[in-house]
Amino acid sequence: MDQAVFLFDILLPALMQGLVITLQLIACSAPFGLALGIAVAVGRQYGHPAISWLCKTFVFLIKGTPLLLLLFILYFGLPSVGITLTAFAASVLGFILCNGAYNAEYVRGALISIKDGQMIAAQALGMTRWQAIRSVILPQALRRAIPGLSNEFIYLIKYSSLAYMITVIELSGAGKLVATKYFTYTESCAVVGIVYLVLVSITTVAVNLLESRVAVPGTTRAATAAQL
Amino acid sequence: MDVLPVLIEWLPYLLSGIASTLGLVLAALGLGVLLGLPMALGQVYGARPVRWAIGIYVWFFRGLPILVLLFLFWFGIFPAIGLGDLSAFVVGAVVLGLRGAAYQSQIFRGAIQSVGEGQMIAARSLGMSRSTAIRTVILPQAMRIALPGWSNEYPNILTDSAVCYAIGVVELLTITSRMVTQTHITMPIYLATAGIFIILNYGGLKLLHRLEAKIAIPGFGTGAM
Amino acid sequence: MNDNDIVLKVEDIHKSFGGVEVLRGVSFDVRRGETKVFIGPSGTGKSTLLRCINQLTIPDRGRVWLDGEEVTNSGARINYFRQKIGMVFQNFFLFDHLTALKNVELALLKVKGMGRAEAREKALTELRQVGMEEWADHYPAELSGGQAQRVSIARALAMDPDVILFDEPTSALDPELTREVLEVMKKLAREGMTMLVVTHEMGFACSVANEILFMENGVVAEQGSPDLLLNDPRFTRMKDFIGRIDSRMHD
Repeated sequence: MDQAVFLFDILLPALMQGLVITLQLIACSAPFGLALGIAVAVGRQYGHPAISWLCKTFVFLIKGTPLLLLLFILYFGLPSVGITLTAFAASVLGFILCNGAYNAEYVRGALISIKDGQMIAAQALGMTRWQAIRSVILPQALRRAIPGLSNEFIYLIKYSSLAYMITVIELSGAGKLVATKYFTYTESCAVVGIVYLVLVSITTVAVNLLESRVAVPGTTRAATAAQL
Repeated sequence: MDVLPVLIEWLPYLLSGIASTLGLVLAALGLGVLLGLPMALGQVYGARPVRWAIGIYVWFFRGLPILVLLFLFWFGIFPAIGLGDLSAFVVGAVVLGLRGAAYQSQIFRGAIQSVGEGQMIAARSLGMSRSTAIRTVILPQAMRIALPGWSNEYPNILTDSAVCYAIGVVELLTITSRMVTQTHITMPIYLATAGIFIILNYGGLKLLHRLEAKIAIPGFGTGAM
Repeated sequence: MNDNDIVLKVEDIHKSFGGVEVLRGVSFDVRRGETKVFIGPSGTGKSTLLRCINQLTIPDRGRVWLDGEEVTNSGARINYFRQKIGMVFQNFFLFDHLTALKNVELALLKVKGMGRAEAREKALTELRQVGMEEWADHYPAELSGGQAQRVSIARALAMDPDVILFDEPTSALDPELTREVLEVMKKLAREGMTMLVVTHEMGFACSVANEILFMENGVVAEQGSPDLLLNDPRFTRMKDFIGRIDSRMHD
């Protein structure tokens, strides 16, 4: 078959459809993953001992389990206890849990790095503990957590591909199907790879812009272990 | 539910799955050091084209999902270059290793760059060649600085190794799926496997931290002064 | 004294960094066993001058000879010359991953190719020389600044250098610790070691130096024995400089 015909009439349209699903997966997961991460970190750091323990255990369990196994549990496992999710919903739920657990670690690190004086000063002004956390501690901590949270967002883009393993035909799945049907593995996987590289690179640039945008003079950038 | 007898019946398979998973992880960590360390040296001390080429490599392997990398090499690149006979296990280990090298090289690079430049100056002032100074002064310090970050690659690689299921490597997750299919016991088996992964994960980390403590010296990282 | 006594010859050294001329033609000869002290305001190129001598900084112009052999433009042979020209740094630069003993041993093993036993013996001897033998098994992070600097002197001594360059060896130290390092340096001078010392310690300069070179704006402005520079009315610039330091200290 003509290479150009294959590329423009078969592969790219299929990948476009897959890309839309990938973007949907990310759009549905990222906000909740962020919210979960913040909630778990605050619960761990400032919550009642029981809540704190719960948050800690949640992170421990999720970080210890491969994401792919988590997806299997949510999609293939849950029906056996009477909960049936669509493949898309199971994927999104898995990504939220995973993304949330990792985000929580970055937010917690940032919370710890905020000096005690901030809390004391806020309470001296008559704020309650929760008011102080919400309006003094978190705004500072989240800025410091941005590099780490950005990393996790980029990981989310890449790991959204695992949804294919529970039958969601997203970007990599679409590529795989075309590859199998037309026996064009190298080409198809390569084009899929290029799309991911573009996605990830654009996100990296955007995230760096965001970081410099929200930087506050004098607040140091928290070091991240695995910068992309 | 009588899961325990099932688990015991399948124990030999489970153990072989665990062995295979750990094999993938060790191969990936080993390859990661073997390739990642020279890459880090190349990026710090190499000529511009060398640094450039390594930068592209790192960008490529860190920018692609592990699933896509596995598909690309298993179905595409390896067969295309006449290595289609390689077992799924070998391909999985190599891909995890190549990708691990990209990540680990950046850990080593950061560590090398964090060794003070005075160390090189002092070494050269004693008449050491550049390569002797790198080997005997810079690297021993950099490796100690890198170790905590490097240890944290272990859980990442362990959880990523499960994706090798996608190309048919008979590792722990694959064995688990077979068990589920054949026994029709789902949740308990999945959760048992999750438990095994969690034990491997934190057990391995504990071992690595013990190693860190063992080679710790005053002034470096986690070691007690 | 004749020319055979000259161990180090420095001729017309120039060096610029980013358009700023730090050294503008410095020349001098060093006789065996002599201690030369370089004094002057900071930023006048004293440290750069020392680094140009062992080629850690490559001068833009000028030449250096050690025992009649050219050090500048010597290619790979520079590693041989650097063994013969020891250096002690302001911030010690001890190898942080090695004990005091191993710090001294390392270059003996890797550069001189000595055997283990011999290197160990030699290293212990040098540590004893600077009064650090009991600290042989301690890591740099466990040493005070003065102790670390004494170890770094032992490290330089172990190579049996013809001359040692001291680049502000006490500037990073408290007065207390400064004294213990200066004592070691005085002892070395008495025992006939050839030394070039960049320092702000006037007391040391006056009691130990055979010659003081007062540097200003990248050149040697005044040169002579401590007695000459301090007491001869024809020399004023170093005295002015010392006066400025003293008045600042008494403010």
